[in-house]
Amino acid sequence: MASRALYSPRHPVLKKRDDFEDVLEERRRSSDLRYALRCYTPTLYKGLVPCKVSMLKSIVLQSDHLQCVIKQVSSESGDSTECVAEEASLILDEMAHRMQLSTVRFFVFTLSKAFKRLFRSVCVNEEGIQRLQQAVQEHPVVLLPSHRSYMDFLMMSYLLYMFDLPLPVIAAGMDFMSMKFIGEMLRMSGAFFIRRSFGGDKLYWAVFSEYVKTMLRKGYAPIEFFLEGTRSRTCKSLTPKTGLLNIVMEPFFKGELFDVSLVPVSISYERVLEESLYARELLGVPKPKESTSGLLKARRVLSEDYGSMHVYFGHPVSVRSLAEGKIKRSQYNLLPRYIPQKPSVDTHEFLNDAAFRLVRIQEENMVLKPWVLIATLLLQNPDGMDLSSLTEQTDWLRHLALAFGAFLDWPDHEACSEVISCSLALHRRLLSVSAGHVQLSVTDAPQVETTPEEAVFQRAVVVLSCASYRNQILHVFLRPALLAVAMQSANSSRKDDIYNCFNFLRNMFSNEFILCPGDSVQDFEEACYLLMKRGVLQVLEHEIVMSASGQSTLAFLCSVLEPFLQGYQVVCRYLCEETNENLTEKEFIPAVRSFALKLILAGRLKCCEALSSDLQKNALAALLRLKAVRKVKVGDQVTLKVNKIAVNSLEDTMGKSDVISK
Amino acid sequence: MLLQNSTCRASEGQEIMKWNGWGYSDSRFLFNKKGQAEFTGKRYRLSGLILPSLKDWFEGTFGANLQHRSPATPSLNLSAVAPPHLNQPFVEDLKAAGLSVSHDPEDRVFRAHGHCLHEVFALREGRIGRVPDVVVWPSCHNDVEKIVELACKHNVCLIPYGGGTSVSSALECPREETRSIVSLDTSQMNRILWIDEKNLTAHVEAGIIGQDLERQLNERGYCTGHEPDSMEFSSLGGWVATRASGMKKNIYGNIEDLVVHIKMVTPRGVIEKSCLGPRMSTGPDIHHFILGSEGTLGVVTEVTLKIRPIPEYQKYGSVVFPNFQQGVACLREVARQRCAPASIRLMDNEQFQFGHALKPQVSSIFTSFLDGLKKFYITKFKGFDPHHLCVATLLFEGDRGKVLQHEKQVYDIAAKFGGLAAGEDNGQRGYMLTFVIAYLRDLGMDYYVIGESFETSVPWDRVLDLCRNVKERIVRECKERGVQFPPLSTCRVTQTYDAGACVYFYFAFNYRGLSDPVHIYEQVEHAAREEILANGGSLSHHHGVGKLRKEWMKESVSGVGLGMLKSVKEYVDPQNIFGNGNLL
Repeated sequence: MASRALYSPRHPVLKKRDDFEDVLEERRRSSDLRYALRCYTPTLYKGLVPCKVSMLKSIVLQSDHLQCVIKQVSSESGDSTECVAEEASLILDEMAHRMQLSTVRFFVFTLSKAFKRLFRSVCVNEEGIQRLQQAVQEHPVVLLPSHRSYMDFLMMSYLLYMFDLPLPVIAAGMDFMSMKFIGEMLRMSGAFFIRRSFGGDKLYWAVFSEYVKTMLRKGYAPIEFFLEGTRSRTCKSLTPKTGLLNIVMEPFFKGELFDVSLVPVSISYERVLEESLYARELLGVPKPKESTSGLLKARRVLSEDYGSMHVYFGHPVSVRSLAEGKIKRSQYNLLPRYIPQKPSVDTHEFLNDAAFRLVRIQEENMVLKPWVLIATLLLQNPDGMDLSSLTEQTDWLRHLALAFGAFLDWPDHEACSEVISCSLALHRRLLSVSAGHVQLSVTDAPQVETTPEEAVFQRAVVVLSCASYRNQILHVFLRPALLAVAMQSANSSRKDDIYNCFNFLRNMFSNEFILCPGDSVQDFEEACYLLMKRGVLQVLEHEIVMSASGQSTLAFLCSVLEPFLQGYQVVCRYLCEETNENLTEKEFIPAVRSFALKLILAGRLKCCEALSSDLQKNALAALLRLKAVRKVKVGDQVTLKVNKIAVNSLEDTMGKSDVISK
Repeated sequence: MLLQNSTCRASEGQEIMKWNGWGYSDSRFLFNKKGQAEFTGKRYRLSGLILPSLKDWFEGTFGANLQHRSPATPSLNLSAVAPPHLNQPFVEDLKAAGLSVSHDPEDRVFRAHGHCLHEVFALREGRIGRVPDVVVWPSCHNDVEKIVELACKHNVCLIPYGGGTSVSSALECPREETRSIVSLDTSQMNRILWIDEKNLTAHVEAGIIGQDLERQLNERGYCTGHEPDSMEFSSLGGWVATRASGMKKNIYGNIEDLVVHIKMVTPRGVIEKSCLGPRMSTGPDIHHFILGSEGTLGVVTEVTLKIRPIPEYQKYGSVVFPNFQQGVACLREVARQRCAPASIRLMDNEQFQFGHALKPQVSSIFTSFLDGLKKFYITKFKGFDPHHLCVATLLFEGDRGKVLQHEKQVYDIAAKFGGLAAGEDNGQRGYMLTFVIAYLRDLGMDYYVIGESFETSVPWDRVLDLCRNVKERIVRECKERGVQFPPLSTCRVTQTYDAGACVYFYFAFNYRGLSDPVHIYEQVEHAAREEILANGGSLSHHHGVGKLRKEWMKESVSGVGLGMLKSVKEYVDPQNIFGNGNLL
């Protein structure tokens, strides 16, 4: 049975998490072939209506909902209904999965081989699997994994096969389809493909939503999709999308299903396969030469050590309990249910809130490796650290992180120095270690002619790669860090003033981090609680006072947010200094990037993270949301109209201690 | 003890009825010394028969045990009844007007409740709450006018009482009522005043009980055809006041289709139409202020009803479906073709099994052999899963030729949905069940099992979803509230309409180990009602709102709708003489 409380007020230390078991261990001992061919008898949903792939298609095409939309579209466009119906059928062909067990078995075989080469271990919480086994029998299940790598959904299906769970159908982006062969293979292992954008296409939306809902209603298979919509290039969770979430919840809202179980799954990698690819993508740098030959690259990938991987199946969340008191299901009483209805304002708010909370569950169950702590420290010390002080500080940070509820996978009974040297060895590509001094650096063979720009980018690739590890733990420090910065910039110890600053920062960064809308007060209280418990602060009725011993913690927390503050300031500065009245949306990223590059080259900016397009996009989104920038459509182009006074004042409020030296 | 002027007649119905359970005192289920269930008395087809499989079903379904008894208090403890709070001048005036009046505790207690679970449960435990202070028996319309006039004059609270079969807490005395409460029992207003064979109408006093009305009309060769499940005990006035629905509404219509004229006494005076025209366009139909007013506006005293000649031929029938979905699809098709028999009802699998448990001992080896053969044919030959199959019961009425033709049409439709004709006997037993099921609740209560039924109406496309969700909600709520055994949670579709159906739920559970079973029962029923409303079902199809479902009225009829009703109440009864507190 799905848990009732989705998100209880947290007492991080008390949080209990399941133990892990390495599923590769067994694979290393017995035949992969026999394993791939073994008898697969999944646990089934009690209300399952058995249904073939081909039948599924005709059910969808004959559905009242789709028929209704076909008629609508036909009368709007003037095309005959047959014509529109034909179009719908083609859309469905393009979209639909064609799952067959033989393909799955092939994948199981090859993936067993690949996983054993790539990973030292793949750890899964078996209690989570057991809960899932229970859940799939009770109600239709939706699997919501985090998305950091292409590996994610392969791994999901692999694990579900392994534990005799029904194989999921997976919503995948159309981009896979460009890889003809792989695309078809994935289709046959349960992926279905959706176009990236189909905003106004009523028919497409109808086919797509009816397809997903039909599978859900029939209990055909668990539906799997990524709340974040796409792979996170930064290893930070992305602001969730609500479209698919609405689709899978609607059968409950409309009474077609008693309940739907949502299962957040957190997949974490000790080393992400796409690590440097992501960094290059964020910097807009062309991929390095060696990767042009896909084969060579694949071999290189396979020969590397990616450490361990953790998959944590969270507690199933019942949509029914989630919606209790928030969604008035009777709002659907007055319209036949097959007529498509835009979600009401309330529903939309609910979906958004639910999506954020689910992503937060994903974040919380994400396993963090020691390297995440080390990366955090190394990024704060660009000139490097002595191994001894690194060890000492990592240990300190470890305790802080644990006190804040981090899900840290720290090896038992091993000396801290031992743990650290292991981590350093695994991530040696990002480091240079000499004479007991550890520093982030480019270890690739020094290039013959490097321009200063190239040198900056090479450094930035390393910094951003490293940041992607630090980012994994940001959710643990985020709230206390916002409070720390707020205290610094409030210049007052009055609780109200600090809260206002906190709220401002939270608002500013709500495109950057997962901050549930409307949870401002809760977040503030949580931050106060955590820091108070740690002895960093004393929270009085109207005042917040720093303890003598709290200085170092607060300083650390401020530096956690520093790169983001600086990055946002760079964006603001750029917008204020930019003279082009007709700056288009498309030009924005390259322009900010070259602006930041200039600042770095001139020695006025140290922080490479300002070069990240992700940060730049988030900053722009925040400014748009805060109405400091407006989008204006001129012809085909979208241009950005900057309210310089507003941007300037936001920049000032963000950082009284201006870091970009003028 | 009756006061002066009263006749024995007044409480004669009361004498033969249970004071703390359903129906006639002589008719009840019990487990005999051999542990076999039997039904006592002589009144019903089932009376005096042994029901060999009921015990196993009962124990298996509820986890109940015949060793664990929870008997009722044997008789009413008169000292538990609070002394009446009399408005002396009012009582004097009533007596002066020559009306039958009583403040005997038994009379008062008998009229203080309907048949909600909590009401009967409290009686069985000997707990008596606020009861009416006086009972008065008018014997005609003029008596009622007099009573209402005096009630206004002396400011007492009047609660009309018909058959006492309410299941909406409608008869409960409002706790906040400080005035003297007077139960106005209409049972003496039980005459058919005239029959008009030219127009096929009858003018009847509203206190008449359903079965008496039908019997008396039958003697003249007519019937109303209005047969609610409670018709043995419920009154014509009660039907009007709650918008009752009869089993055979497909031929005869519901109460609102049957009435031609209504006379009601209100504190403002008498409300009635000036002619017997079959339909009028004279603004909103004033009958619809009266129908469903649940005793909040006045007392219905006389009703002109449509009557029909007794049908020449009646035939029961039944159809077995492989599952509930197919059954509902069939009923839907029958409704689409507008060829519903007088009655068509679809029981789900649990109820089908329940019905089976009520099969009396078969008299011959041959019958039992035949039953075995039928079972074999359906489950083995036709491949119906005994845990999914469900059965529809049918009742056809009319002239013989048409009935047979009609029957064929319905069975043909059923066949399209995989339905197999399953005989008249099963059909008839299904309808008999309707009348004895209320008695079964009393048996359950002797063994720690409590239960109740409730109903709704819902559009066709939502019937299946609503049934499934409500049943599952009940099971889940019971589990969450610590009920030890899975409850019986079952439903049936009892009426078909062009645009939807009426669905009835039965819900019962074993309450051993629970400290406040009634409260838990109420919480679960509340949750089930929420679920019904969330799934597009109505607040009530025919039970009414009473006090039990009042909280949802605004949601159900909108704020403006409720305001309209309130303003009518405000105009008609500014002193709140009819202060039973129902509906609004």
